[in-house]
Amino acid sequence: MKKTVRVRYFAMLREQRGLDEERVATEAATAGELYEELRKRHGFTLPADRLRVAINDDFGSWSTAVRDGDALVFIPPFAGG
Amino acid sequence: MPFKLTDKPIDASALMAGLRDTRAGACVTFEGRVRDRNDGRAVRALDYEAYAPLAEKEGERILSEARERFGIVGAVCVHRTGSLGLGDIAVWVGVTAGHRGAAFEACRFIIDETKARVPIWKKEHYADGAAEWISRAARGGPPGGLGKPAG
Repeated sequence: MKKTVRVRYFAMLREQRGLDEERVATEAATAGELYEELRKRHGFTLPADRLRVAINDDFGSWSTAVRDGDALVFIPPFAGG
Repeated sequence: MPFKLTDKPIDASALMAGLRDTRAGACVTFEGRVRDRNDGRAVRALDYEAYAPLAEKEGERILSEARERFGIVGAVCVHRTGSLGLGDIAVWVGVTAGHRGAAFEACRFIIDETKARVPIWKKEHYADGAAEWISRAARGGPPGGLGKPAG
């Protein structure tokens, strides 16, 4: 089933995508499937196992179901402080 | 607001003043500053970028955990975003407690957990003109667990 989600990009992924955020129409069932779809489409260099995912501004898992209207962030390795 | 992101220079003395409390016999602070070298390369500047809604949420969780775990009086953590020069304060942590032991331990906990768990990215700009996003090796143990100290 087609749904539309909002994807925001930070740091390395933002630079590789060339955008801060976009709306994506997808049939991906899970967050992991959505990342793979976008990684192939945009040539992201980071494999999913180097990233974490946030759904609606909280940490989620790759197996979390993607629902219409969700906001997702794929979180590259970070290094605050 | 005990955990805060800011794109303005961090005013350590104002933050310190905010922690005044007569129940506290100890105040421990930590300042993370921009260093001129990393992994042998000369650094000239840094950019910090935060996923603000989740960074603030996770930062608040860390401070709550510190309060529960160490029995402290007050705790504040402020992290910069934007462009920083050498010597600028990137992160400031302040903890007050009845006695020094809890204040030292909680301060260490807060900075280590912040580095490990709060989604803030750092891009280093080097003297030779190159720039790179920095990532740290994943820490062992579950998030929020008693893992090894970061860094």
